[in-house]
Amino acid sequence: MARAWVFGDDLDTDQMVPGRYAPFMVGQDKFHMYAFCDARPGFAKEVRSGDILVGGENFGCGSSREYAVAALKKLGVGAVVAKSFARIFFRNCINLGIPAIESADAVEIVRDGDEVTLDVAAGVLRSSRGTAAVRPLAPFAQEILSAGGVIDYVREHGDFPRV
Amino acid sequence: MTTTEGLRPPRTPQTIAEVILSRVSGRDVRAGDLVIVPVSRVMVHDSVIDAVMAGLRDLGRERVWDTSKVCVFVDHAAPAPTPVVADSHRVLREWVREQAIPTFYDAGEGVCHQIMVEEGYCEPGTVIVGSDSHSNSYGAVGAFGAGMGATDVAVALALGRTWLRVPGSIRVDFIGRLRKGVTMKDAIMRVVREIGTDGARYACVEFHGVGDLPQGDRITLAGMTTEMGAKAGIVVGTPEAPAWLRPDPDARYLREVTIDLTTLEPQIAVPPRVDQVVDVSAAVGQPVDIVFLGSCTNGRLVDMQQAANVLRGRRVAPHVRLEVVPSSRRQFELAMQDGTLQALSAAGAVIGSSGCGPCLGRTGGVLAAQEICLSTANRNYKGRMGSPDASIYIGSPYVAAVAALTGVIDDPRPYLEATDEEFDALVARRRGERPERGAASSRSGDRSRELVMASARSGPVAEIDD
Repeated sequence: MARAWVFGDDLDTDQMVPGRYAPFMVGQDKFHMYAFCDARPGFAKEVRSGDILVGGENFGCGSSREYAVAALKKLGVGAVVAKSFARIFFRNCINLGIPAIESADAVEIVRDGDEVTLDVAAGVLRSSRGTAAVRPLAPFAQEILSAGGVIDYVREHGDFPRV
Repeated sequence: MTTTEGLRPPRTPQTIAEVILSRVSGRDVRAGDLVIVPVSRVMVHDSVIDAVMAGLRDLGRERVWDTSKVCVFVDHAAPAPTPVVADSHRVLREWVREQAIPTFYDAGEGVCHQIMVEEGYCEPGTVIVGSDSHSNSYGAVGAFGAGMGATDVAVALALGRTWLRVPGSIRVDFIGRLRKGVTMKDAIMRVVREIGTDGARYACVEFHGVGDLPQGDRITLAGMTTEMGAKAGIVVGTPEAPAWLRPDPDARYLREVTIDLTTLEPQIAVPPRVDQVVDVSAAVGQPVDIVFLGSCTNGRLVDMQQAANVLRGRRVAPHVRLEVVPSSRRQFELAMQDGTLQALSAAGAVIGSSGCGPCLGRTGGVLAAQEICLSTANRNYKGRMGSPDASIYIGSPYVAAVAALTGVIDDPRPYLEATDEEFDALVARRRGERPERGAASSRSGDRSRELVMASARSGPVAEIDD
């Protein structure tokens, strides 16, 4: 079981890691501890490995800053499930090895703090309140994720997965 | 599976994005298909170089795939404003030397996007990956330019390829002709007002009816598609494009938008969203403290000429500053040669070295808390140009020049038609009406709240910094 952290629409990357806490400002070993420091104080200390972020439309909009996703990765976030994703944030998630999965219903049936189970193969996110359908990821993205990210995949295979 | 020519289903029509991605991927692809495509260039700039180098190191790649296809720029925080940034630039220069990358533009040469287009690095009909979100600008000449994060850029540098999902397209048709004092900046702001900051997410915005415009106007259009969440923005029918590079006439679009240029008013984006756009008439009298003329959106010779036409022989308003940053050395020198910069300097402008300038708040002319800026750039998010408590309005170079001259936002069109006496009377009237904005004036006179209500859209604050 994982805890769900629920956010709304248009969550931007500046709320994930404000620019003033960029790695080059506070150090590679510290920036992730500022994840959601303004938007959700306490998140970085309370989040557990495998926890799932649940959001609405246009999740991860705003700056292309990859360190927002890197912070989630360092904190062990297991997946992000949202109605829709901003383009660059989606790529950054797949590239760094965090499943970014679309679901029209998840944000409707999950409340912040719920214990949830994500079963990507079955295409569902379950909580005590019900079950939300999640959209399967393209096999291409699944292969990258199973390697741990695009850097690991390409280092191992010398190329992208086949499309 | 094999198919004979006679059995193949009729080919469905393609958008320009589908035409380009089919050609470079060697498959007949449509929106939604995943493709791996060769890139004709990779653009890298100073503010991401550390992460890009780390990505290459983690990939175990010592060399980029083709040094002749990599373009490197120092423009985002240039010249270096702090020792930390200076050190990052030093590391970047060493990397460029080690890799023997010939195409390197150091501080002062200009904004990456301006140089990429004007120096001919953008081949029409090809895919270009850039480390900056405004890499959509390359659609000005018919290239599929897409901004990506540092890891994507590192992989593209290693492999010379990238992966993309073929985007659906939004078709924008411009009809009619712009009236005097109205620009393509106003036209694209009108489009952003219509589509919103996420209305073109994952999509390509395809522009029709403007292929014959000057290249600079096309950069303004293509670059600002980023502000609608677009993956790419491509102008159809440009002089640079080969004949095959055009969409099929009956291609399918996610949405079609038509903008009549003839009836268009100058447009103003109200802080803190680019899609909170009003006609200038709604914002007349809004005071400003500082005016920024520059950026990849509006830092070219013609933009500076438009401002100089208003400001020549006059001085900016008391207590108002004007900062002009040409978008490239070429544009800088053209504006020196024809006297444009002389006129702007004589009017009281600070002339900055070519580059991104204060657009992203990292160097030169950043904003203090409570200050109100009128910027010709492309983003007005909270904190974009300095203090998170500053306000940024966005407008055209004409609007910028009039704001510098009067200290308030006003419709530039009457000034362009006025006799000298009428002009002076307009300026005197607006200066007289300008609310007092002393050092402790807080937000006195800032009408942004009221204007947000007046704009077509409103919503939560978003911040973007590169």
